[in-house]
Amino acid sequence: MRRFALIAVPYLWLLALFLVPFVIVLKISLSDIAIAIPPYTPTLDPSEGWAGLRDFFGGLDFENYWFLTTDDLYWKAYLSSLRIALISTVITLLVGYPIAYGMARAAPEWRPTLLMLVILPFWTSFLIRVYSWIGILSNEGFLNQFLMWTGLISDPLTILNTNAAVYVGIVYTYLPFMILPIYSNLEKMDDSLLEAAEDLGCSRISAFWLVTVPLSKTGIIAGCFLVFIPAIGEFVIPSLLGGSETLMIGKILWEEFFNNRDWPVASAVAIVLLLILIVPIVLFQRNEQKQREAEG
Amino acid sequence: MAQPSAQTVYAPWEDPDETPLIRFRNVTKRFGDFTAIDDLSLDIYEREFFALLGPSGCGKTTMMRMLAGFEAPTEGSIMLAGQNIAPIPPNKRAVNMMFQSYALFPHLSVWDNIAFGLRRENQPKDKIAARVEEMLRLTRLEKFARRKPHQISGGQRQRVALARSLAKAPKLLLLDEPLGALDKKLRQDTQFELMDIQENTGTTFVIVTHDQEEAMTVASRVAVMDEGRLIQVSTPDVLYENPVSVYVADFIGEVNIIEGRATPMPDAGEGRVDIDWAEGQPRLKGTTARAFDKGQNVHFAIRPEKITISAERPEDAANAVKGEVLDIAYLGNISTYHVKLPTGHVIKAQTANTRRIARRSFTWEDEVWLSWTATAGILLES
Repeated sequence: MRRFALIAVPYLWLLALFLVPFVIVLKISLSDIAIAIPPYTPTLDPSEGWAGLRDFFGGLDFENYWFLTTDDLYWKAYLSSLRIALISTVITLLVGYPIAYGMARAAPEWRPTLLMLVILPFWTSFLIRVYSWIGILSNEGFLNQFLMWTGLISDPLTILNTNAAVYVGIVYTYLPFMILPIYSNLEKMDDSLLEAAEDLGCSRISAFWLVTVPLSKTGIIAGCFLVFIPAIGEFVIPSLLGGSETLMIGKILWEEFFNNRDWPVASAVAIVLLLILIVPIVLFQRNEQKQREAEG
Repeated sequence: MAQPSAQTVYAPWEDPDETPLIRFRNVTKRFGDFTAIDDLSLDIYEREFFALLGPSGCGKTTMMRMLAGFEAPTEGSIMLAGQNIAPIPPNKRAVNMMFQSYALFPHLSVWDNIAFGLRRENQPKDKIAARVEEMLRLTRLEKFARRKPHQISGGQRQRVALARSLAKAPKLLLLDEPLGALDKKLRQDTQFELMDIQENTGTTFVIVTHDQEEAMTVASRVAVMDEGRLIQVSTPDVLYENPVSVYVADFIGEVNIIEGRATPMPDAGEGRVDIDWAEGQPRLKGTTARAFDKGQNVHFAIRPEKITISAERPEDAANAVKGEVLDIAYLGNISTYHVKLPTGHVIKAQTANTRRIARRSFTWEDEVWLSWTATAGILLES
């Protein structure tokens, strides 16, 4: 009984916070749009008993999913989201790895401070931080003013409302998610491994590629997924920093819900997005498990 | 060290024509204000199994790291085979090291760990494979070649580390507390294995240890270090029988130290010295190769196993003192008796337990006589 209660807690948690909302969204995605409150049909009417239940299930179909294939906007948006997420992940890795490496090599008394600096941005609202990038990247923004002041450029660069601004926003926002797992991997690494590699004939650089990188592999993979997965469905950053050319599925979802008020199609978009995300999520979980096994 | 025959005793340090493989010349190493190595000179010869012995912080690990190339001397020079090695980075030295933590690469199998150094030399694949197999055979690891380091036992890991450091056939192998993580029984077995491997490969080994028994067992010569200086460098038997100072006598094995004043007695025999050590007690009779002035302070050092314990005063003993058994440490094969003298000194005496314990001659609070010959102990300057 006690064992059952212990297992029940996480399952109830999952049921309440994931499964129930998922079933609701799934149900809406199988419904039809209607000018009503709520804006879809059918709705379950318990007063009509069995007949009502039969009508309810009879009214559900996959029409909305079919619709997604008829307009190329949707698959283009999915592909473009994947591409933007992938490129941002690579940039975040390139920026984050040296930072994590530097932190792990810093004197031990400095590490808590450095760690704090990485986490510090989380203490401010995410929305405000993304807004402040508008102030930095716009034509009259700090970056352009600074570059023109130094004389490097004579005309302001158009960065805001382009994909470049979206990359900047995603890399900036998700950088801590890349740094932290890599740092925790590198910090645990025994320095004598590098000395052993050197002793056996490695130069400093080859010791890095042959020892440090393979040993931080699980951290790299974890960091990449932690950036890639949320970046695919990112909505705030492309809508604030991106322009009309920026095609991301999060933005489409928002427009279907709030501009078109087409909840069923929006729900279908969300369900497909979830299906796409399952693949990297499963891979991520596997990586985590592998790391736990290696440590155990 | 096994010695091939009586005529060719391996002792290159006694041959003035022999050139040492390693020469430390007035080496000083400072870390900020701290002097880790203080103006130290030392020669180590080819094929030697040399032990650096001392308490933690005595500088023995710094010596080893300077040989490996991870530290550079602040002053002085280190020569390896006639070449100053100061400017040579660790990856270019014909020196390999076995790390205290073993430092095995956790992402590589036993096989790949051993092959790691060989692969850096861009040797042909089949040559690498042959060498790795040879190392696996030497360390009896053939069965574990495909395992990862976390899938094998501590003793096996130790052997992988040894195989990996020997794979490149270095001129000099450094071993940093190689057996520290093993339990006692395994440690003793491994000590003999190490000696066999050292002999078979003909590599010069330098081992760092704080375990005097280990140093005595494996090494051809032992350097006892303290606070960055060499206190004594000699073979294990000389170290034990003829320590140069109270520090060495005390560090190597068990010893009784009695303080006193010397009176040379040249008439009684060569090197004879009497020692006044306590009011109203007969003088102790000792011999020494060193010269002592009359009235000079001396430390008389004698090993517990060189003291005989008996119920009656032995007739012909050069030295005999009476005391009372304070404590008995029973170690199985031997027993150590702590005997309290009327002067307050507590003397340790050891006897082999040739009889069953029930028939032990002495027990607590028994009155006993301790005796030893005039040559059993040694005299050390204060």
